[in-house]
Amino acid sequence: MAYFLETLIAGLFAGLMYGLVAIGFVLIYKASGVFNFAQGAMVFLAALVFVTLVERGINFWVAFAATSALMILTAIVIEALVLRPLRNRDPLTLFMATLGLSFVIDGGAQFFLGTDVHMLDLGIDDIAQDYGGLFISSFDIVASLIVIAIVTVLAIVFSKTRMGVSLRAVADDTLAAQSIGIRLPVIWRIVWSVAGIVALIAGLLWGARQGVQYSLSLITLKALPVLIIGGFSSIPGAIAGGLIVGASEALADIYLGPLVNGSVSTWFAYILAVAFLLVRPAGLFGDRDIERV
Amino acid sequence: MTTLQDDILPAATAVPSGSALLRIAAVLAGFAIVFGVVPAIATDYWLSSIIIPTIVMGLAGISLNLLQGYAGLVSLGSAAFMSVGVFSAYNLILRVPGLPLPAVLLLAGLIAAAAGIFFGLPALRIKGFYLGASTLGAQFFFQWLFTNYPWFSNGSQSLTISAPRLEIFGYDLQSPAGRYLLVATVTVLLIGLAFLVVKSRLGREWMAIRDMETAASVLGIRVARRKLQAYAISSFFLGITGVLWGFAYLGTADAYTYNLDKSFQVLFIVLIGGTATIFGNFLGAAFIVLTPILLDHLVLAANVAYLSDQGAITNLQRVLFGVIIIFILIKEPDGLSAWIRRGVEALQVRFTR
Repeated sequence: MAYFLETLIAGLFAGLMYGLVAIGFVLIYKASGVFNFAQGAMVFLAALVFVTLVERGINFWVAFAATSALMILTAIVIEALVLRPLRNRDPLTLFMATLGLSFVIDGGAQFFLGTDVHMLDLGIDDIAQDYGGLFISSFDIVASLIVIAIVTVLAIVFSKTRMGVSLRAVADDTLAAQSIGIRLPVIWRIVWSVAGIVALIAGLLWGARQGVQYSLSLITLKALPVLIIGGFSSIPGAIAGGLIVGASEALADIYLGPLVNGSVSTWFAYILAVAFLLVRPAGLFGDRDIERV
Repeated sequence: MTTLQDDILPAATAVPSGSALLRIAAVLAGFAIVFGVVPAIATDYWLSSIIIPTIVMGLAGISLNLLQGYAGLVSLGSAAFMSVGVFSAYNLILRVPGLPLPAVLLLAGLIAAAAGIFFGLPALRIKGFYLGASTLGAQFFFQWLFTNYPWFSNGSQSLTISAPRLEIFGYDLQSPAGRYLLVATVTVLLIGLAFLVVKSRLGREWMAIRDMETAASVLGIRVARRKLQAYAISSFFLGITGVLWGFAYLGTADAYTYNLDKSFQVLFIVLIGGTATIFGNFLGAAFIVLTPILLDHLVLAANVAYLSDQGAITNLQRVLFGVIIIFILIKEPDGLSAWIRRGVEALQVRFTR
């Protein structure tokens, strides 16, 4: 039983970190209707730049600020060179463009910064400690506190500030938002910047866990079923989806894996996502489209 | 159901004999080039390394285009159905002695079609981009299946299958020219089939579903059935494509030959070549096959000292490839097939005057 609970809890923590990556997607999807495949590459880019700066002896917070600035610059460049020329095109074209973007970002990051695996130490112990018979890593606890803090900040920003209201207007009805004077390019730049900074935080947490290397950008593929379950346009959905995927994937690997002679974690989340969709075609928190003829 | 109907485009019916003659002439010229000129002038290197992969990837593009361009359904897992095709073909040859190659291809396609129907089932309830989940599920599931169960690769240690001796009714097809003729023949037959499908009632109902599903269902189109047929036919094509890629091009295959990158390549072919076209796919395929080769030569020619490192070259190519893709997506919304269309229109104007 304790083993089951530990697996479940570890899965839930992993799920929160999936959720963090998924939030970056949700932000961009809400504001620009783009399914941004390059989000994983942004996570990788941010982590690689940060770890390179820290290895050169630069102070943690200076490196954090510098990497954030780079992510904002990246957002501005993407908006100008990719999004603006492709506005009003169909979602699949935009998706393909972000796939091309992911080649540019992770190829460019490795071209300039090398392909080595970097260890990243955030100064948080990753050793399991005994909490009433259950062993939980303090890293997991800190990481989940960070995730909760980010979700809270984003929720406040989106509901209370002018920028947040404009963003929700754009997400709701792009044309109407433009006609009342909301400037779409500005919104896109802001949202991609925020997504870039969320990617930086995700990159630090994932990078500290598994080293900063190319495989970080493959997190995209983990975030996709999370989004599908949670709904593409909901931040709480991203977290809920993350928890569901993380927990069920961990349990499936332990209990289902041995029955079929191998780890099932590569595909289980997708099958789960499809099962969810069959019950709720727009995801748990997704918007249901109304169709008119 | 799939009766051959007249072209529904008004432009084509308005211009009478001239364009029909032009079309017949184009088809005949195409046959002459494919079966006469190309085998006569192409070197073995060109056949094996450029022409065969371009044709096979073009066929993969057609397969996905049937599903995506015509029926408006999303698939991010094309390579999965290609792998089902090649592993089916391998096991058919291994376990059913004496089965001729055409039958193997047909059966492998049918098995892939069955897999396509299964993973297409969610399309009956799920729409749009969400379908990516199901097809990505197929992608990762089959890769896992073929690596976790060595039965599929006949217990091979490396989980790799190698191409059987390719022959049709005693004719040996092992040489580059032989493999080219096999690939070209299968492709010509499948292009014919693809044309029949998209010009038929089935194809037009797909387009109706693509353009507005709710309206299509109100008009009495059996949407669910049509969608499953789209997955079945697309996967049938992909299955055969997979066999050609493994047996006629690479000579070997494993589950990773047909990974997510390959699926994305097929998607690129469709988008770069142009959605809802047949021949545009070959332009897209030529782009996918030739760009890495050209970039290779370009980087070598530039001969920058910093680029002595192979890893750096690979990453530079990734960047350039990404840039080119974004550029084409921005500059040519209708894909490279728009070039062909403009060319044909120009010819038609000249000949029908």
